[in-house]
Amino acid sequence: MTTARLQVPNRIIEGDVFKLRLLVQHPMDSGFLRDLEGVLVKRNVIRHLQCILHDKEVFRVEPTTGTSANPLFEFYLRATHSGELYFRWVDDKGYIGELRHNLVVEPANQSQAPKS
Amino acid sequence: MLPSLSRRDYLIRFLQTTVGAWGVGVGLTNAQDMSVLGRVQDLSDARLRNFEEMVAPYVVRQTMKHEGVTLSLPMLADNGHLVPLSLKVDSPMTEASHVTHIYLISQRNPVPLMAMFVLGPWNGRAELSMRVRLSGTQMVVALARLSDGTFRYETQEVVVTEAACIDNG
Repeated sequence: MTTARLQVPNRIIEGDVFKLRLLVQHPMDSGFLRDLEGVLVKRNVIRHLQCILHDKEVFRVEPTTGTSANPLFEFYLRATHSGELYFRWVDDKGYIGELRHNLVVEPANQSQAPKS
Repeated sequence: MLPSLSRRDYLIRFLQTTVGAWGVGVGLTNAQDMSVLGRVQDLSDARLRNFEEMVAPYVVRQTMKHEGVTLSLPMLADNGHLVPLSLKVDSPMTEASHVTHIYLISQRNPVPLMAMFVLGPWNGRAELSMRVRLSGTQMVVALARLSDGTFRYETQEVVVTEAACIDNG
C-alpha cells in the first residue's frame, strides 16, 4: 500500500517560513521498463499531489514519468496559524493516497514571555 | 524571441513532442517485442530537442528572460533513475509578485515534462527540490511563470552515465 512520510521542523513560530519534506512511497512505473519475465510494466505514476491547509490548496505538483520512484518533494510554507495539513494524491490506477498532519504553530510573542 | 505560432502550429508541435513519444510505450504485443526492445534502448539516444521545442508548450508570446532562477543538479549523474534537483526562483513571494508555476523540462526523455509545480504567495519562498529521471546526457530547463505572466528560466547540462528508461538500468 502506498504510504508517505512528512518531515517538518519541531518548532514552528508564527510568521516563519518553514520547510516541508514529503516522501511518498510509489513505484512510479514509467511504462518503458520490463519486469523479470520480460513483460512491460504498465505506466503507473502519480498524476497529481496536492497539499491543503485551511481548505486552501497551498502546494500542488503534477509529476510525470520523469519523476523518480518514491518521489521526495521539498517545499516551503509560511506559518499563519495551526491547522491540519492534508495531502492527497491520485495515481494512474485511480488509487487515492492521503496523509494528514496536525500542524502546530506557536504564537510569535511566546519566546519573549517572562519565565515563571 | 520565439517566432509567433498559430494555434494549429502550436498543437502540432505539442503533439509531436509529447504524444509522439508515448507511442513507444503503448499498445505492445509479443510479436512486436523485438522491435520494441530496440526502440526502448533507443530512448537514451533519442533526438535532443532544441530549446524552443522544449518551452513551446508553455510559453507562447510572453516575455521570457534567462535570469532569476538558480538550478542545481549534479554535473555528472551516475544513475539516471535518481538525480537530485533543486531550484530557487528570485521572488519576494508576495500577493503582488510571486511565482505561480514551475516547469521542469527534459531535453531527451520520452516525456519532456518531468514535473509541474503550482505555488503561490502562501509558500513564502520559491524554492523546491525533488528527484528526477533522466534518460541520457542532456540539458535540463527550469521554467518559472511569475504572477505578471512573464517567464524566467535557467538551463543546466547533466552528464548521465547510466540512463533511465533502459532495462537493468
